[in-house]
Amino acid sequence: MDCKEAQQLRHAYLDGEIDPGETPALEAHLRGCAECAALFRSERALSAAIKLEVPRLKAPDLLRARIGRELARREAGGRRFRELRLLGVGWNPVAIAASLVLAMVASSAVTSSVMSGAQEDGVAQEVVASHIRSLMADHLTDVKSSDQHTVKPWFNGKLDLSPPVVDLAAAGFPLVGGRLDYIDRHPVAALVYRRQQHVINVLVSPEDKGGGAAPAALAQHGYNVLRFARGGMNFWVVSDLNPAELRDFAAKLKEATPDRTAPS
Amino acid sequence: MPHLDAAYNLAYWMTRSRADAQDVVQDACLRAFKYFDTFASENPSAWLLSIVRRACYTWMKRNRRPEELVGLEDDAAESEIEDPALLMGSHGLARDPEALLVEARQSKRLHQLIAALPLEYREIIVLRELEELAYREIAEVVGIPIGTVMSRLARARALLLRQWQREQQE
Repeated sequence: MDCKEAQQLRHAYLDGEIDPGETPALEAHLRGCAECAALFRSERALSAAIKLEVPRLKAPDLLRARIGRELARREAGGRRFRELRLLGVGWNPVAIAASLVLAMVASSAVTSSVMSGAQEDGVAQEVVASHIRSLMADHLTDVKSSDQHTVKPWFNGKLDLSPPVVDLAAAGFPLVGGRLDYIDRHPVAALVYRRQQHVINVLVSPEDKGGGAAPAALAQHGYNVLRFARGGMNFWVVSDLNPAELRDFAAKLKEATPDRTAPS
Repeated sequence: MPHLDAAYNLAYWMTRSRADAQDVVQDACLRAFKYFDTFASENPSAWLLSIVRRACYTWMKRNRRPEELVGLEDDAAESEIEDPALLMGSHGLARDPEALLVEARQSKRLHQLIAALPLEYREIIVLRELEELAYREIAEVVGIPIGTVMSRLARARALLLRQWQREQQE
């Protein structure tokens, strides 16, 4: 191998892109040619220095928020759900699971039965879209706190309801924060909880809005959605968490939520 | 969302301004989402970066001096690097006080040397060294054959190395 050949291979070698068949010849050349060996060492040092010292910028929160809001505005009708789903695949590959599971929430206790097939429901789709959007644009929270007494007052004056914010950390569902979102063309409160690496979005709206004749529970494109009513509000619970744990979460959430609308 | 970080980082290094990078990325992302219907690439990340990259070029054509877009020859590139006005001056770097502060604190020289590279070399360095993309991904983003990726990368590193070593000797 001559120096000219070695010149480009040095970079492929450095970047781990060299054809393994060419490695021995290049290594032999670098052992034999002091000039190429010195250049290679310099290039390797440069590459390492860049990786080490030059900052890789992260997108500012403001930009995420701007994109998230604009998408939310565009997707408000739920018609562009398919793109969101595709984005969900692209942006969060873990999030799209394979199974379609339908669970049903009885009015008092949270029970379930498995059905087959998907059930279309506009609001539920929007709930899932909201969930995906929150992950995709990384616009999970407007107010980030594990403290219910920080999250709850944040909604004051922003909505015509005061969402109950309960602490379920002891049960393994720590609070992450809250944000405003839009479902069925109405602003709703979104409360964000976590179960290990799974994000759980809880969308809270007044009972007369956004409920409709939606089934109490269903699965959409691998996300599990549960709905229940409590204290004059509708609760939509959406996550890629498995149905059993999500039902457990919903049951605990419902139990911890006061049954009457708190005077606000 | 790792894709958005990559998009923003690329746009920042191409426009050399945080504010401009935000505008370009927002536009490009929203446009990209709109066409997700017809999107067929197996690599959404590279696809998005290619859109952001094109948006940067379009944006610069509209907002910057045209000579910035011209692929520079070796000598021109060197004189550009040596021009201090270009390093801290008229387009981009000095506009944003926050960026300046960050630059002053960390890795000033290497940062500036990369920022001063001609665009076609700069984007390759950013995609390879900062985004750590594979050659075939860089080829997809930039829309050039892998052989061209390799020769531009070699050229970009040679330019950086020459300046870098000069700095270190001083």
